[in-house]
Amino acid sequence: MTDLSEAVAVQDTAKIGPPLWLLAELTYRCPLHCVYCYNPVDFAKTEDELTTEQWFKVLREARELGSVQCGFSGGEPMLRDDLEVIVAEAHRLGYYTNLLTSGVGLNEKRIGALKEAGLDHIQLSFQDSTREMNDFLSSTRTFDLKRRAADMIKAHGYPMVMNCTIHRHNIDHIEAILQLASDIDAEYVELANTQYYGWAQVNRDQLLPSREQLERAERITNEWREKHGNKMKLFFVVPDYYEKRPKKCMNGWGNIFLTITPDGKALPCHTARMLPGLEFPDVRTSSVREIWYESEGFNRYRGTGWMKEPCSSCPEKENDYGGCRCQAYMIANDPAAADPVCDKSPFHNRITEVVDRAQIAGNAAQVKPLIYRGPKESLQLDRPF
Amino acid sequence: MAITTATVPKVGRNFRIQWEPAQDAYVLLYPEGMVKLNQSAGEILKRCDGAANVAAIVADLETTFNAQGLEADVIAFVELAEQQKWVDVT
Repeated sequence: MTDLSEAVAVQDTAKIGPPLWLLAELTYRCPLHCVYCYNPVDFAKTEDELTTEQWFKVLREARELGSVQCGFSGGEPMLRDDLEVIVAEAHRLGYYTNLLTSGVGLNEKRIGALKEAGLDHIQLSFQDSTREMNDFLSSTRTFDLKRRAADMIKAHGYPMVMNCTIHRHNIDHIEAILQLASDIDAEYVELANTQYYGWAQVNRDQLLPSREQLERAERITNEWREKHGNKMKLFFVVPDYYEKRPKKCMNGWGNIFLTITPDGKALPCHTARMLPGLEFPDVRTSSVREIWYESEGFNRYRGTGWMKEPCSSCPEKENDYGGCRCQAYMIANDPAAADPVCDKSPFHNRITEVVDRAQIAGNAAQVKPLIYRGPKESLQLDRPF
Repeated sequence: MAITTATVPKVGRNFRIQWEPAQDAYVLLYPEGMVKLNQSAGEILKRCDGAANVAAIVADLETTFNAQGLEADVIAFVELAEQQKWVDVT
């Protein structure tokens, strides 16, 4: 390498900000079987979870680059017996540590050990407001257990985010879901409309709510905010299928987010491993610095230089960076295309067709049985989404 | 609650302030989020320890930065910080 090219490389590195957000997906194993799980549909084919030491290496190298928010997710991260020591190492390195859990596996002993390890916050997921629906949607008997987990989280003084993924089958219960959040004394509530990746893409017609359902849920959420002030902070994430412009996915490719999969792949977002023709680096063989600044996987869709029409001449390209690469691939069959959620995309009709179907209650596509996330189904379907 | 020189602000229970060399800034961390603070916000907020009142914070800042007349700025920031729940005030 000449001196000049080295100088140029340094300059480029200086322009790219640090991976502020590190998402550590500790395992794809999960006791729940949620029909909208974002994990890859073929997750059961992956083997060889990273070891404790390998996670320490990831945490250390990412922290050196400036990562500061660290999420422990999965699958169900409580299934890792070494969760407490991994959290302790993250805390020691100066991360703000977040545990994203279904609550399954949380008991007095472990929640105390996590507190001692320096865990800062717990996000607890519910599938719905009642035992019947929660247990139906996760195909488990976990509602009562989650209520107990919520009590433990509060008793140990953690701030709590309650997360509920919203879709056609629970969106009409939004008031009861908000009441549940209030009853368990959550500080933050995420009413996250399903994004159609992974298992949610498999079950898309059964999950996408109608426009009327969506407007009602948004109205009730706003009314709750007016009535109760900001004691609980509410986030209502709209499904992008109802938008005309795409979301600024991950705040830009390789901009602030770094996901590490259970088997050690480094991804710019948690679903990017579905994309064809792109090799994502492995943390066992590459440093986080090489991954973030130099790898093809992270540089391919950074910024705006890779764009095609209609994105490349679009005045809004810096606002949304062309939307989501995975959605472009799933729907337009080209990861470099405009996200078809955008009404400038030539494939936008493929979104509106799904939206139109969602307005007709009980149509043939909606009444197909839901496919639950599980290892057997994963191997049978044998596809990334 | 109206903020006066007697108000004692404290960084909120669910927030953490720390210096981040990679961002060359103080940041405020909370569940799944972060606010990057500008220099004056960082310098004020790191002094919100639940012991010093606004008058003491102003005096400390004026000494440290060899400045005068910071009271109105500090009060305005603490008002904003309280609305955002970054600080609790007593």
